[in-house]
Amino acid sequence: MSQRQLTGSRIRERRLMQGMRQAELARNAGISASYLNLIEHNRRRIGGKLLLSLAEVLDVEPSALTEGAETAIIATLGEARAADKVAAAEKEAPEDFAGRFPGWAELMVRRHRRVLELERTVETLTDRLTHDPHLAAALHDVLSTVTAIRSTAGILAETPELEPEWRDRFHRNLNEDAKRLAESSQSLVTYLDQDSSEETGLASPQDELEAFLTDADYHFSDLESAGADKVDTILEQAEMLQSAAGRLFARQYLDRYCDDAKLMPLNDTIAALRELGPDPAVLARRFGVSVPRAMRRMAELPQTEGVPQLGMVSCDASGTLIFRKATEGFALPRFGAACPKWPLFQALSRPSLPIRRVVQQDMRGQSAFLAFAIAEPVTEPDFGHDPLFQAHMLLVALGPADWKPEEVSGLGVGCRICPRENCAGRREPSILTDGF
Amino acid sequence: MGKHVLVIEDEPNIIEAISFILSRDGWTVDTHSNGHDAVSVVCAKSPDLVILDVMLPGKSGYDILTELRQMETTRKLPVLMLTARGQSKDRELAEKIGASRFMTKPFSNAEVLEALHELVPQ
Repeated sequence: MSQRQLTGSRIRERRLMQGMRQAELARNAGISASYLNLIEHNRRRIGGKLLLSLAEVLDVEPSALTEGAETAIIATLGEARAADKVAAAEKEAPEDFAGRFPGWAELMVRRHRRVLELERTVETLTDRLTHDPHLAAALHDVLSTVTAIRSTAGILAETPELEPEWRDRFHRNLNEDAKRLAESSQSLVTYLDQDSSEETGLASPQDELEAFLTDADYHFSDLESAGADKVDTILEQAEMLQSAAGRLFARQYLDRYCDDAKLMPLNDTIAALRELGPDPAVLARRFGVSVPRAMRRMAELPQTEGVPQLGMVSCDASGTLIFRKATEGFALPRFGAACPKWPLFQALSRPSLPIRRVVQQDMRGQSAFLAFAIAEPVTEPDFGHDPLFQAHMLLVALGPADWKPEEVSGLGVGCRICPRENCAGRREPSILTDGF
Repeated sequence: MGKHVLVIEDEPNIIEAISFILSRDGWTVDTHSNGHDAVSVVCAKSPDLVILDVMLPGKSGYDILTELRQMETTRKLPVLMLTARGQSKDRELAEKIGASRFMTKPFSNAEVLEALHELVPQ
């Protein structure tokens, strides 16, 4: 069916959109209803004066009735139909569908192309896993080393009276293999990480921002002195910011960083931190800024004497983490929701109330953190509109002598990987223990 | 004098561990770590059984086994194949070219001994 013949479908579509009866359109255009019926079902060709009349009655440009679905769209619809058993039984021709519902047809074509694109990505990734020589060699190396370890460990455990020479030799082998395994598994993880973000383009804009900030250790010395003038240069040099959204997130972060640096100059902030201690509320009062800004500024400081190891997380009103700066000893979930016992979420349920807790994820009880959390509105006060809150939590690493076991609140990363039993906050089973 | 086994494997610590457990089990153990001349070493040593790794420098275990099965003297020689790949198509390929047993890494010492005893009753 030629594109010209689709004109009838478009006339019918336009008429129905306007709620006009077939007889009415036929009468106003000076033709019989039965003839219009044949035209609308693409059984009569149409052009010239009659087309102009129908366009005038329908109050559209004549070209709107003759131009529309592209041949490529019709061809792709045909492909999509052929590929699906249910759709293949559909009686209506793709041309008719494209002519009558051009918007839906375009949507379907875009979805179909996306499905094909994703199928190709899956095929490529599967093919890579199966045939990638680097991956195959790396996996072989890991498995060979594990085999050597298993066999050697088996000998040491199962041979009751092993001669000292053999025992020493196997201990040495175990040590060598353990080191080799650590190196090869790390290299494997690095290789897979690089692939997922660089080659397949599967990293999200948030991932790009996080990689960008981690690379800079959350500190931009150029912005401390030069301010906003350097933002463009920093963004241009950031190779990990691949997407427009990732660059936008980074620009927003850097603009805010410049404001933070202006209100809390670097040297003054470090001096105040050394003098007053790592309490964001005290620093906020000293510089006349909000507590969240003081927290953020503390997380932006470079590693230097007198600045403790700091981590920070922020979440929106849904509890979704929107900012994260990891710190050793306090894991942040990569995917899924975090532990509901974090002071961050307690702050969200008690807006504007500062919360201070000694917290511990480590079940061996070796490391603890002082957590400062607060939720503040991100919208200006407006009568008739509820404020929208964001919560922030600053984590300050504590030394062994800085905390007592009785004051510690135990919490986790997220339920899936948390082994704590009998937890009132548990919402799903852990993969590390059985059941709830 | 125990039965004679030839271990063809390129990972030195695996060779050492397997050699130890087989020696303690009464086997006479020879080792070789290169695929290139593995066939001639098998012919020269005339073992009762071969433990053959698939991924070897110089020549793959599959190619070595194919050559062994084409020679009259080694056509029925028991061969236990070791591989780091456990996909069914690898197992099928090993069986097709004549592997007596197929074992996926990592394996336990007990599994290796059990397989050897089945292939060559002492």
